[in-house]
Amino acid sequence: MNSIILRTASNYLLPMLILFSVFVLLRGHYEPGGGFVGGLVAAIAFVLHSFAHGLKETRRFLRIHPGVFIPIGLLLSLISAVLPMIGGQSLMTGLWFNEPVPVIGLIGSALFFEIGVYFVVFGVTLTMLFTITESV
Amino acid sequence: MLIAVLSGILFALLFLFFRLQNGWLRFIPAFLPLSLLIYFSTWLPEVAAGKEILFKYTWIPAMGVNLDFKLDGLAMLFSLMITGIGTLVYIYAAAYLSDRSQIHKFFSCLSLFMAAMLGLVLSDNLLVLFIFWELTSISSFFLIGWNTKEEASRKSAVLALAITGGGGFLLLAGVLLMGNVGGSYSIQALTAASATLKQHGSYVLMLCFVFAGAFTKSAMFPFHFWLPGAMKAPTPVSAYLHSATMVKAGIYLLFRLSPVLGGEPLWNYTLMIVGGFTLLYAAFQSLFRTDLKGVLAYSTIAALGLIVLLIGIGTTESFLAAAVFILVHALYKAALFLCTGIIDHAVHSRDLTKLSGLRKIMMPVAIAAGIAALSSAGIPFTFGFIGKDLIYEATMQTGMLAIQLTGLVLIANVLLSYAGYVAGFRPFTGALPEAYADTTKPEFLLWGPPVLLAVLSLLFGFFPALSSPLVNAVVANAGGNPALPDLKLWHGFNLILLLSGVTVLGGVVLYLLRKPADSQVQFMDRFESFSTRSFFLRLAEGIKQISHYFTHKLQNGYLRNYMITIISFLLILLCWKLVKLIPHSIDFSAMTPVSMYDVVILVMMVSAIFVLIFTSSRLTSIISLSIVGYSICLLFVFYGAPDLAMTQFTIDTLTAVLFMLILLKLPPFLTLTNKAIKIRDAIISTIFGGVISMIAFLVLQEPTHKTISRFYADNAYSLAKGKNVVNVILVDFRGSDTLIEITVLTIAALGVYSMLKLKISSSEKE
Repeated sequence: MNSIILRTASNYLLPMLILFSVFVLLRGHYEPGGGFVGGLVAAIAFVLHSFAHGLKETRRFLRIHPGVFIPIGLLLSLISAVLPMIGGQSLMTGLWFNEPVPVIGLIGSALFFEIGVYFVVFGVTLTMLFTITESV
Repeated sequence: MLIAVLSGILFALLFLFFRLQNGWLRFIPAFLPLSLLIYFSTWLPEVAAGKEILFKYTWIPAMGVNLDFKLDGLAMLFSLMITGIGTLVYIYAAAYLSDRSQIHKFFSCLSLFMAAMLGLVLSDNLLVLFIFWELTSISSFFLIGWNTKEEASRKSAVLALAITGGGGFLLLAGVLLMGNVGGSYSIQALTAASATLKQHGSYVLMLCFVFAGAFTKSAMFPFHFWLPGAMKAPTPVSAYLHSATMVKAGIYLLFRLSPVLGGEPLWNYTLMIVGGFTLLYAAFQSLFRTDLKGVLAYSTIAALGLIVLLIGIGTTESFLAAAVFILVHALYKAALFLCTGIIDHAVHSRDLTKLSGLRKIMMPVAIAAGIAALSSAGIPFTFGFIGKDLIYEATMQTGMLAIQLTGLVLIANVLLSYAGYVAGFRPFTGALPEAYADTTKPEFLLWGPPVLLAVLSLLFGFFPALSSPLVNAVVANAGGNPALPDLKLWHGFNLILLLSGVTVLGGVVLYLLRKPADSQVQFMDRFESFSTRSFFLRLAEGIKQISHYFTHKLQNGYLRNYMITIISFLLILLCWKLVKLIPHSIDFSAMTPVSMYDVVILVMMVSAIFVLIFTSSRLTSIISLSIVGYSICLLFVFYGAPDLAMTQFTIDTLTAVLFMLILLKLPPFLTLTNKAIKIRDAIISTIFGGVISMIAFLVLQEPTHKTISRFYADNAYSLAKGKNVVNVILVDFRGSDTLIEITVLTIAALGVYSMLKLKISSSEKE
């Protein structure tokens, strides 16, 4: 799809979509959204980029293999789930900071769990799509 | 104690990482069994005094599974054999294995196996015992199949695992039954509840399961065939597994459960019949082998049969005989195996028709093997003599069966002593063939261990009272009379001495008359097709064919066939259950009235579906499919599920994108189906849709329980500080589910990646 309009548009859309995905991720605890949808939106941003510029270009832009995000995300989720056990509480107990942070709001272990989900979904989707695209 | 048991598992890991391969470093692992041997020896005085030392560690108290270890006479006897012979095997193996680059893996497997054996004999909890039991099967699988490049080696490892693993499975059933009936998995508690177990209706079933486990492990007929096959293992492994450990696990179990399940005629006669038959059959088979290890394998099976027979008799004398014979057999059989390994190592042959005169190049080995053979034959002043005496004493006191049993044991003992002579004397006597003349002499670390074992055989032979305290404690644990006199060398002139003499003489005569020849092996091979081994192999082949047929039918590579199979199966199941539940009328008034939006969405969806079905363009079909997906998103939005709608929306977009990516590369549209197939598919899908709608109606008819959803709604903010209930459920209330889901996603991505990236060359495909 060699369209100059799409190419130009995707250059601007990519950062906006990623920003949007982070927004969706962060608001998930109070409004519709969350890590899963966020990860999907972020993946779509890169898929769109690859449509406009070709897969090679996207890979170069991304620098690292999308599969790398999967273990990072899994580990993050796992740590945030296991962390309460160190303090003697049961698995998945929510740990929260007392003071809310500006813009983001209250930060707790649930947020890191969500970020983990975000990374895993992002990595899984892109790995699958890129692999299939390269193979056909 | 826990550390002692688990240290093998810990060191199994350490040996993998610290590759102690070079020079003297490879003997370092031998310090593990040595230190364990010393540790267990420190408890010896207390155990010999008749004490039982208990170590309790809680593990899963809710399920009655605790790491309770009990060190009594029986456990001590086995622990000392496992660690003692283990030490010698470790030293021997370090000198024996020529492929040094793999030696760390070997010690890793061996340590795992040793830990499993120790756990098995020490645990007082039947479930823990079972776990260690399975661990021995698995770790022995790696040891037996050590020569991974040989097909025969791999096959015999699989066979051994299949037989012992299958038996282990049945043992688990037996353990669960005993635990349920007896109310505890602790062997101590079950011993107290012995009467309850014996009177229970499922006593016969328990016995069957326990026997299945013990007989497969200890290679009783008809499961004996895995043991000769397991001789494909390196010789140190054979020496360890078949003299003191693996095959003795079944014996141990029978010994241990004697006070729990024993004493009933069914228990005694089954053991006597199976043990006696195995004894005779295997002793007879060992006559027809020309492979040194083959002779030893069959004589091992015979010895195991003899021990089972003795446990089956179930008197104090027979338990004593069994306990002594276990030790006797471990000492001489390990020595003979190790000597065989030295011969194999030096001249690369185990063929009895070719080996002779080896004493000229390996005198210490010849002496060790000779003493072991004498012990196996039961010549006075060896430990075997004491063992043989006790066996005859035990069989002669069985009342009605005395004559038959004594006769059986006499014949088998003659054959067994022949097997001992063949393995211990034949390779070393006569003239040395010229081909072997310039063989280098084996090093000390190879011949040291068997010589030490032979010396022990002699030591206990001269001073049998040394073993008395431990052996008497074993008898007490098995339910015999604990107040036994010390073992004595000389009982005076009596019938038992005469029988011993007959055994020794018979063996010598047989040895002088018979020469191993290949024609004898061929003679026995003719009966191979009737053996239980070929029966099991045919059974395995049959199972393979059936599963191949099924896989071929069901997994034929056509997506539509998978769908039809899955949906039809579901339909049958659903209809089966739904027939009774179908309501006579549906109460529409309770539902929300149909709105304008619903109608519009419905019309959109239905028309998209019709376009999808009848189009002959892929692009059109994908777009219509997306329309259906987006319409569902709209429904979610209207009915207050924005989270769901968002996710569905992105997923639909990605699906469409994925289709587009593949679409461009596909060949032109082809019509692959005919009218009949289309009609069939239409009928199946219509019925399926109808049934699903029916279920939806039924769900609405049911009175709703809102306790769970109300709990989530009420507590989302107070407990999890979140206002989006759906999200709070995902990350907090049911966060473990999410954790598992993202793991599944990862596995799926790995699957896609490896399936598409992995290029299998046509030669590797089956």
